[in-house]
Amino acid sequence: MVEHLVRLRLLLLRNGLRRSPWQLVAVLFGGLYGLGALAFATAGLIALSGAPVELARTVVVLAGSALILGWLVLPVLLSGIDQVLDPARLVNFPIPSAQLLIGLAIAGVLGVPGIVTTLAALATAGTWWKHPLIAVVALVCGALGAITCVVGSRMVTTLSSTITSGRRFREVGGTIILIPAVLAGPIVVGITTGLDTAQDALPGIAEGLSWTPLGALWAVPSELALGNPGVAVLKFVIGVAALAVMALVWRAALAVALVTPARATTRAIAKGNLGFFAHVPGSPTGAVLARSLTYWLRDPRYSKQLILIPLMPALFWFYGSMSDSSTFIILIAPALALLLGLSIYSDVSYDSTAYAMHLSLGVSGRADRTGRALAVLVFALPVVLVFAVGAVWFSSAWELLPGLLGLSIGTLLSGLGIASISSALVVVPVPSPGDSPFKAPPGSGFTTVASTFATWGIVVALVVPELALFIAAAVTGDMLFGWLALLAGLILGPVVLGLGIRWGGARLDRRSPELLETLHRQR
Amino acid sequence: MPEFTGSEPPADTTAALSIRGLGKRFGETVAVNGINLDVPVGSFYGLVGPNGAGKTTTLSMATGLLRPDVGRIWIQGVDVWKNPLEAKRLVGILADGVRLFDRLSGEQLVTYAGLLSGMTRETVAERVADLLRLLDLDAAAGTLVVDYSAGMTKKIALACALVHAPRLLVLDEPFESVDPVSAANIRDILQGYVRSGGTVIVSSHAMDLVQRLCDHVAVIAAGRVVAAGTIDEVRAGSTLEDRFVELVGGRQRAEGPSWLNIS
Repeated sequence: MVEHLVRLRLLLLRNGLRRSPWQLVAVLFGGLYGLGALAFATAGLIALSGAPVELARTVVVLAGSALILGWLVLPVLLSGIDQVLDPARLVNFPIPSAQLLIGLAIAGVLGVPGIVTTLAALATAGTWWKHPLIAVVALVCGALGAITCVVGSRMVTTLSSTITSGRRFREVGGTIILIPAVLAGPIVVGITTGLDTAQDALPGIAEGLSWTPLGALWAVPSELALGNPGVAVLKFVIGVAALAVMALVWRAALAVALVTPARATTRAIAKGNLGFFAHVPGSPTGAVLARSLTYWLRDPRYSKQLILIPLMPALFWFYGSMSDSSTFIILIAPALALLLGLSIYSDVSYDSTAYAMHLSLGVSGRADRTGRALAVLVFALPVVLVFAVGAVWFSSAWELLPGLLGLSIGTLLSGLGIASISSALVVVPVPSPGDSPFKAPPGSGFTTVASTFATWGIVVALVVPELALFIAAAVTGDMLFGWLALLAGLILGPVVLGLGIRWGGARLDRRSPELLETLHRQR
Repeated sequence: MPEFTGSEPPADTTAALSIRGLGKRFGETVAVNGINLDVPVGSFYGLVGPNGAGKTTTLSMATGLLRPDVGRIWIQGVDVWKNPLEAKRLVGILADGVRLFDRLSGEQLVTYAGLLSGMTRETVAERVADLLRLLDLDAAAGTLVVDYSAGMTKKIALACALVHAPRLLVLDEPFESVDPVSAANIRDILQGYVRSGGTVIVSSHAMDLVQRLCDHVAVIAAGRVVAAGTIDEVRAGSTLEDRFVELVGGRQRAEGPSWLNIS
């Protein structure tokens, strides 16, 4: 049975790779990256054999603790990423839970992260190659540490899927998680500057961690090397006990998960409450506008982009304060305009096969494009204007306002125009409706990035006039350039948007059936 | 270009739906291989066939959702692939295996479909209310479609297909996972629609349902029409189910494997 599960895992991996060559490329890159990290870690660990035991101990315990913590936390952040061998799909088969547990654990190791972690954990023995006995102990502890990683992450996944099987919870949770992810830069900078000043405290932190389940196992060999066999045994017991507890909790959670089908929390709005549909013109364009706006608020794949609106300024303000320059703050408005303008780039892909409704009802391509673009304009234009005015007010650079407005408006409208064309041309791999907004569908990595960059490049090229005039205004201080930039934005932006809607719409009118076919394959 | 076989009689432009020499290939598989079909105005037409026979592919091409490799299709004399917009105004589609905009409430979704087909807001509101009542979805009007059961989802999709009062209704597996009471309601609606001059095409696996409900039937197997006409013509004295098995073939020995004999 265990063998079956493991073979199933490998089969799923192989078939996934067969289906999309890009996923193979992604796995290869992941593998290369993993190999690099592994080589680096192994070399470092062996090099530590020449260092004082205290230093080796601090490094190994801190890195090991971070490793286990990462395995525990990442599945929560990236919910839905590894649904291979989802227990929910195995519910129907009579598999003894002990064997299921072992099978899922081994299957969990069999992936790039699992293999790299295991090998790196085993490599901790390299630090002690001069003391063969300690090296053997390190090997055992490393193996147990790697198992702790996998079992811990499986436990967290199963627990969270049991608790969060309600749709709303999952969606809201998934969106909130974005906040630390976006602010990762500042957080890392904050921590590293903190570490710089607190370098002396590191051995103390390591000592503390070595008494917790996160660090206990990693500290055992160094305790032996320092001549504290009693402490070593104690920490070994802590580590093994933690592993046992995790396995038990996982087993219990799995038992619950196996008898709890994914349930849906139903949510209803009042009958007769048509929401946006009651406030748009009664036309196909108006209908698309209302539908898009509803999705912007209700579909986490859209609303996660809305969270960027408050977060982006925070990010720019942070970098601005680091470099003591107001450039970053001034750039908030155009950057937001670029992001929001291009946000409908994957609109049709997000529709998935629901797009068939537009096709079957004969919605004109122009109504489709116009409605979607208007939905973004409704909230993006005020937001961008507010941030443009706010930025010049904050940095008391009122002379930049006309140029900044021109650049921002031009960027927003041009972005919408280009995205109107590109989303009629390409279907990008996106999470399916109802999936976690962070789920990476097969092959998303490379193709998405390539086509996204192409689109961004075109938009930037199209706003070169506004950008050049704005820079000229900022450098020379001549207001004339600022006003010219505003004029350029107010003329070029609508022109690009109009052409984009026209060309994108014409493309939809001609090729919608083919688009739908691609969307079908995408599922 | 794939090779399709089959001869073509002249098209019947008075028919609700007329298909000539329709062919579609996916990679190496020929899904539809030279289908000719005439669906008379005012008929209740059943489309039956084994799994993978090409029913859904045929209906998708007939309604402008999937471009055929070869062949032509007319809906009430309008060439679907030459004048798609005009043809689509005449037809309402319940497609199988496509998603809906399921983050909308049921009421919003049908309103969306109505507005998309270009009706005024007042007409849409009136029709949405009627349809929700008819299909017994009043209580669930405000619930998001994503939280609907499979049967309710079918019903709301049917409402979307009906809202613009099409002349021809194309329903792919409309009774799948619909409860018996709702199925009876849907049958009543469809029969009333046919009596008033509309045309309905349903694809289904349920032979007795087709025999009871439809007046015409076409049997499709391996991408071709193997029999078509009125129910009585096709079943030729036997039951539709027996005739179907006879036409399509592939019936296995009646007994299962010995290990499945429990007693």
